[in-house]
Parts: sequence; C-alpha cells; structure tokens
Amino acid sequence: MADAPANLPNYRYVSRKRRTKEDRRFVSGRGKYVADVEVPGMKHVAILPSPHARANIVSIDTSAALALPGVHYVLTGDEIAEATNSLFHGLDLPNVIWHPLAVGMTRYAGEWVAAVVADSRYVAEDAAELIEVEYESLPAAVDSEKMLDEDQPLVHPAHGTNVLFRKTWEWGPVADDFASVSNTVSYRARWGRSSTVPIETFGVVAKWDDVHEIMDVWASIQMPQYQDQIAAALRIPMNQVRVHNDVDVGGSYGVKRGIKHTVLVTYLAKKLGFPVRFIEDRLDNMSGGDAHGPDRIFDITMAFDDDGVIKSMKIRALDDVGAYPGRAPLQLGKPITALCGPYRVNSIEYEAISVTSNKTGQVPVRGFGQSPTNFAVETGIERVAKHLGLDRVEVRGRNLVRKDEFPWKIPPGSKYDSGDFHAVLEGILKTSNWDDLMARRDALRADGKLAGVGIATCLEPGGGNNIFEYLFNPKLEITTFVESVLIKVEPTGVITAVMCTTTSGQGHETLVSTIAGEELERDPDTIRVVHGDSLEALPTRSPVASRMAIVLGTATSKAARDIKAKMITIAAHDLGVETDQVEYADGEFAVRGDPASKLTWAEICHIAHKQFHRMPPGHELGLQSYAVQQVPGAGGLPDENNEVPLYPCFSFQAHVPLVEIDPDTGKVKVHDYFIGHDCGTAINPDIVRGMIIGGVAHGIGAALYEKFEYDADGQLLAGTFVDYLLPSAHEIPPVVDAEHCTPSPMTSLGQKGSGEGGYLGAPAAIASAVNDALAPLDIEINELPIRARDIEAAIYEKTR
Amino acid sequence: MKQVEVTLNVNGKDRTVTIPPRMTLVDCLRDMMRLTGTHVGCEHGICGACSVFLDDEPIRSCLMFAVQAEGHRITTVEGLLNEDGSLSDLQDSFWDCHAMQCGYCTPGMLVASEALLAENPDPTEDDIREAISGNLCRCTGYQQIVEAVQMTAKRRREGAAHG
Repeated sequence: MADAPANLPNYRYVSRKRRTKEDRRFVSGRGKYVADVEVPGMKHVAILPSPHARANIVSIDTSAALALPGVHYVLTGDEIAEATNSLFHGLDLPNVIWHPLAVGMTRYAGEWVAAVVADSRYVAEDAAELIEVEYESLPAAVDSEKMLDEDQPLVHPAHGTNVLFRKTWEWGPVADDFASVSNTVSYRARWGRSSTVPIETFGVVAKWDDVHEIMDVWASIQMPQYQDQIAAALRIPMNQVRVHNDVDVGGSYGVKRGIKHTVLVTYLAKKLGFPVRFIEDRLDNMSGGDAHGPDRIFDITMAFDDDGVIKSMKIRALDDVGAYPGRAPLQLGKPITALCGPYRVNSIEYEAISVTSNKTGQVPVRGFGQSPTNFAVETGIERVAKHLGLDRVEVRGRNLVRKDEFPWKIPPGSKYDSGDFHAVLEGILKTSNWDDLMARRDALRADGKLAGVGIATCLEPGGGNNIFEYLFNPKLEITTFVESVLIKVEPTGVITAVMCTTTSGQGHETLVSTIAGEELERDPDTIRVVHGDSLEALPTRSPVASRMAIVLGTATSKAARDIKAKMITIAAHDLGVETDQVEYADGEFAVRGDPASKLTWAEICHIAHKQFHRMPPGHELGLQSYAVQQVPGAGGLPDENNEVPLYPCFSFQAHVPLVEIDPDTGKVKVHDYFIGHDCGTAINPDIVRGMIIGGVAHGIGAALYEKFEYDADGQLLAGTFVDYLLPSAHEIPPVVDAEHCTPSPMTSLGQKGSGEGGYLGAPAAIASAVNDALAPLDIEINELPIRARDIEAAIYEKTR
Repeated sequence: MKQVEVTLNVNGKDRTVTIPPRMTLVDCLRDMMRLTGTHVGCEHGICGACSVFLDDEPIRSCLMFAVQAEGHRITTVEGLLNEDGSLSDLQDSFWDCHAMQCGYCTPGMLVASEALLAENPDPTEDDIREAISGNLCRCTGYQQIVEAVQMTAKRRREGAAHG
C-alpha cells in the first residue's frame, strides 16, 4: 500500500486511508447502471449499420422489418435529419453535417443507417436484418496523410476538402533559437487509433411526458453540455430535459459521449409516446459508437545545445478524427497546455492539422490528446540523448523545470503552478533501484533475451479551463469550466451534499464527503452525497479534464467554510460575543478563553432551522451554502501572441518500466513498473493509487496491444475483443507507486488532478523500454502500438 | 415467437420464467429476474463481466442459453452476500482495498476470485492473476483486485486457524 507522504498536514480524513462511499454498492451488485434502469413500457432499439466505408444510399425498404410482430417503428436518416437539428462540432464547420443516422451517404463502415424499435432487443435485431438497403459503393478515404492531397474522395463533399483544420502557431523566437544551437534531431512518431474502451458500452433510456413536457434521460454519460445539446437537437427548451445524474457510469475515461445515441433515442421516445432504450452491443460500440481515440502522426524537430539542453521545438501533428469530428479536433488543442512537457523550452512552433476520413468518429479520450503528444515529445528526448551519446535520465534532468522556478510559464502561456520534478525523478530512480534494474536488464540480455528499461516523465494538466478551444474556433469564446456543489446541514445536524454531474469511477461522492468532513470536522461516513439531476443541479461542465478534485474539491471547501462561518456567527450571537471570539473544534463552538461558554453542533443546527428568536438579525435560516467554482487562475482570452494560461494545476510523474522481449516472437513482457507521482494533496490515497495504476494499464494497452485497425478499403478489422486486445491481469505488471506531495497553491487543500497521469506517461515509458531492448539490434520503433508482430517483423528485416 | 417455461435455481431459490428459448442466461437473470448485479460487457465471452457460478464453476452467462441452465444451481453476485445480507469477506476486502473504480467488472471479478479461493485457499500473486485473467477491468490495472483476493485468503486462513 502506498503510504501517505511524510510532509502531510495534520488532516483528519483527507489523505488518510479510508473506504470509499461508492464501493459498497458495487461489491453488492447494487450499482445502478443505465442497463439496470427499468421504465415501465420501455421499448428497445437495434441498429442497422452500413457495411460500406463510403457509399451512396440509393434506397431503404423497411416494409419487411415493420411487418415483423413486435416491431413498432423503423427510423431512417431522412426523417431524423428533418425533425432534429444536426449535432454539435467543436470546430466551425457549417458544411460538415452530423446526424444520428446516415443521410443520403454512409461515411464509414458501421455507420448507423436505420434504427428499429421493438418489444425486445432480440426482435429489434431480427427486424434490422430484414431492412433492405441498396447502396452504391464508392472509394473510401482512409490514409490520413493523403488527405492533404486534393484527389482524395471527399468524406463531406459540401466541405470541399478532407482537411478540417490547419493552423501553425509560433510561441517565442523559434528561428533565433534554432540558429543559436548547433544540434537538431528530426523524427516521426505515430500514435495508433485506440481508445479507452470501457467494459460497459454506452446506453441511454429516454421517456417523454407530454403533460409535464419533460424528457427524462438516463444515460451512461460523461460529457459537458449534454443537456444543452439534447435540447438544441430536439428543438425544445433546455428545462424540458432532465438528465438523471445518479446513473452509475461503467467506465468512461473520456469517451462516454453518446450524444448521437441520445438524440436518436429521445427523438424516438417523443415521437412514439413510450419510453425507449438503446444499449450498444459490443460491435455497435466498437464500429459505430463514434468512440475511437486520436490517430496521430507527429513530425518533430528539436534544437538543442551540446549539453542536451533543448532550446526549441517544431511540432507538426496530423490527426485523423474519422467521419464525424464532434469535439475531437480540439484534442489537438489541449496538448498546448503542456506542449513541451515538464521541460524548460524557450520557443515552440506547433502546426495542428485535423483531417476527416471514412472511419468511425473520434471522441475525447483520457487526457484529451495529451498522451499522444507526450509520447511524441518523450521520443524526442530519447533522440537527443542518443544523438549526443548522453544518458537519457541525465538529459531529462538537465531540461526539467527546477523547483525554485515555479510558477513557470511555458511559451504558449500555461503557468506550471508547482512541483519538484527532480525530487520525483530522483525518488523513482531510488525506488526502482535503477542500477539494479539495469543489472537485471543486462542479465536478461546475457541470457539471450532482449530486455530494456524505459524512462518517461510527464505532466498532467488538471482543472481544464479549455480556453484552447478559442484558438481553434473563436466562436467558442468559453473561458470557464465551472463546477458546483450545494451543502446542507439538516436540522438534526447531518450533512447532505448535492453534486451536479455523473460519476464514472472517479469516486466523487468520496471526494465531496471527505473534503466537507475535513472542513467541518464531521465524519465523512455520515455525510450523504447525492447527484442532482440536471434541472436541480447548479452549473457543471462534467467530470472531464482531470478536474474534479481541483474544481469540485475547491467548491466543496468553499461551501463548507461558508457554513462554518455561518455557524460561528450564530454561536457568537447566542453567546453574546463577537464572531472572532468563537472557535470551532471537535463539534463545539466555544468562546476563546472561556471554554465553558459554548454551543454544540446540534444546538446550532437546531437554532438555525427552528429558533428564529435566537438567530442573528437578518441572518438566513437553515444551514446551507453553495459554491460555483471558476477554474482557478483562469478567465481570460489569449493575448495578441496567442498566449494564454491553460489549466491551473500540473501533476508530475516519472515512469520506469523493465521489459523483456522474446526475440523469436517479438512478444513483450512488462516485468516491473515503477511510477513516481506528485498530484499534490491526495484526497483519498486508494482512489489516487487506483487511478494511477489503472492509467498505466491503459497506457500499456495503447503502447503494445490496442488498435482500431482498418484495411485499405476502410473496413474495421478490430470490432471485437478478439481482435482489439485489451490487457488482462497477465499483461499488467505489479506497479510500484512512490508518492511525493507538492501541494498546489491554486486549490483549497493543495490537491491537483490524478485521473490521467498514468495514461499520459505509460505509452512513452513503454516505448522507451522497448526501444532500449531493441537498441542492440539497432532497431527503433516509434509507432504505437508496438505489437509483437511489429517487433518480429523488424527483427526479421534486420537479421535476415 | 415461441416461448418456453424454464425453472432455474438461482441463489438458492427456484424461479420459473417464460422466455424465448434463444434468451441468454445473462439476459434472463437481468431482464426476467431483475438480478442486475451481473453485467453485460462484450457478449462474446471475452470480458467476463457476466460471470456467474453454474453449480461450482464460474461461467460466462452471455455464452449460454437460459434453458441450458435448467437443473443447475446458479449463483450471482447477489448470492455472494452473507445470509443476513451483509457483505461476504471477499466483498468486504474488495471494498477495503478499493479493488474497483466504476464497479462494472466487479461482480465478475468477485465470481472469478471466489472460484479461485474455493480451489486454492493460499494462492500466490501469479495464481490470482491467472484466475482473474479472463475478466477484464479497464479502471484499476488489477493490482488492488489482486490485493483484495490476497487479503481475503489471509483472513480465511487466519479465521480457520483461530476457528
């Protein structure tokens, strides 16, 4: 078990080993996931997908499907396109039209062409098979690099090109910096199309009540502006949409963004007058769920001096977002937040190119594009070390921002709030017994194996103000990613907190109850946290961007501190002293220097709720407070140089894996994995540890196994868990996590984000280890995933 | 569609339902009997989220028709609770170790772990990883699950020694 850092303040509950609030229901089989929601009279949807990557839809004959007993309706694209508004894109793309079902043309294999509503999912699937669609198959646009050529088939003909976005920024004196040093390396790094692939697929249940005029929605969702977008698509006021945030989400890590599913189902529920449910099956999810991740080619040049100190970088990132972009192109924007990683780089040129293709759509994935970029930058650090013949750990040490330099501003404008990168790096070298690890590597090599030790450092931006969106689309003039909480102390003294969004495993109920308990000195186990539905809830932007500890956590502190101040005011009035004479400790409000003169927590609660005559004049009755928390340190638009502080808090990690590769098969075995980690104050150490190790597991998957492979015709070759390989307990090694704590100055208790860091660093670290193992053969692979067959082929090529 | 009547022994009780013969066991448990603790993840036998006991063997309830389960004892996550409704030692250890995040794979993990412990009261870490390797978890990276199984095994051995 990870111990709490030694420099921990004297917290009662925060950073202490405590059981979570959520786990009890999960181990009992009593979680309430969307597929567990049963609404009387509910009917079921099945989807007919397109078999073609690109085709004109000539005709659709639904008569046989409709004739099947138990079938209520068959919906096609023309109808829903007419009856609803098209779905939202992050970029300003007026001619890229996205509807839940294909309209006139299919743009990827698996795109939904028709939806059947029937008494059961079984019957709905039978009926879907009876729909006859005549297609005119067309050549598909599949190779992302070719999208810059003009002769490619157009995914969205009205848009006129397959390039959705292309822009170059220059932050700092790039040309001068390149001229000032004598070394450069140029390289390509490629991130394969993978995703986080939760074990629960996406699902949604909707019920329209035409008397109350309300659309109830239960969904497996993790998404900002969900209710806004449902209302916009259905052309109804937002206060006619009620999203039930108390649905447990069976994993998301960014990808549960089923807006097209939801518009489909809510439209059907409203039109048909009965509740409708759609739960993706696995193939729906993998091929048609629009839940793929980044698919990115980086071309990078780094300029550095003879000591390996990096002065400047030029980065070109080409990302293939698939057929329907949604918010995906903005995933090229988030990495601007920490574009040079934890390193002291003086200037950066960044060209971001987003292209569309005849592939399944991309959605936000854990880290919102940061993991691929971090892999690409770390690849460069390895290249710099290799170029100069320097030690790769030493090169990192020379470039890391130093402890006394915070807040440190990087060229695009982000201010790294705090950290001690060198201490974490040195700490993990010690924890991993780096020299012993190298000796074990060498012993494996002596034994005829290929073996390598990897190293990667990385930053995890947390808090998410998302002002980078403005750099991509000035119409998105959004300068806050707000989060809220309401805390009430009931007349009997117990506490209830209302949070305003869903949870997909992050433990928000534990977060809120722990912080509220800490601030108010009440046992978190006695604090109830509920998820207000979207009509009851205060402003939220959902639990994205590694931000809930930062923004919801700080909101919770604020609301709790306000309640404490109110209670002190009531006590002072009742005891006849000034408020600054009253101290609160251990559930009692006592006059300083006169401890016999006091009121208990319960007495104050009684006064506040029931004894107007004992209340201070003009004071609000009850004991409640809400906090609507702006992202700390944010709020402005970019300046004339396109510089802007993005994200308030920066967690840091250093990853060290040891891998062995079978020289005959290319199979990689990760033996050991060490991670040094600093996310400031950990609210619940078990939750933080789980997030880190789980993130590492995701990263190992992306580095070695997972890919949504397409053939040249645009057919998805990995639509099941037989071909899209998820790491099991065999593939994930024991992970040793060494915690360091540099409290953030930006948050209420020094907390930072921790949901993404494992995933942000692991792919780079694994690639580093694999390439260290392959170095004796003079092989370097900078394309993820590095699968056994890729290694085997490279070895064969080299040694035949 | 033809319907058949099936009686299944689930968590110690006989329950009779009328279902289409092609209904999978997991759909029958979830939709007909409202035992929603068992989850559907992949419907092709890879992820293990739908694991239940068929007699004493952990099986994938997505790969079996409900009618095939007639005459067998089925135990779901709801049936792992103690008779008084309290958490079993394994469930309690999962909670104590925070051996989950979203909780979706948890019922299947509990079944796989219980099956291991029934066979091997003193498993090594490798034994545990082997036993749960047919159950996918995307949240935890498995380590806290391994620790929860180790904790349970230790508690049971100590309980047996003292009992």
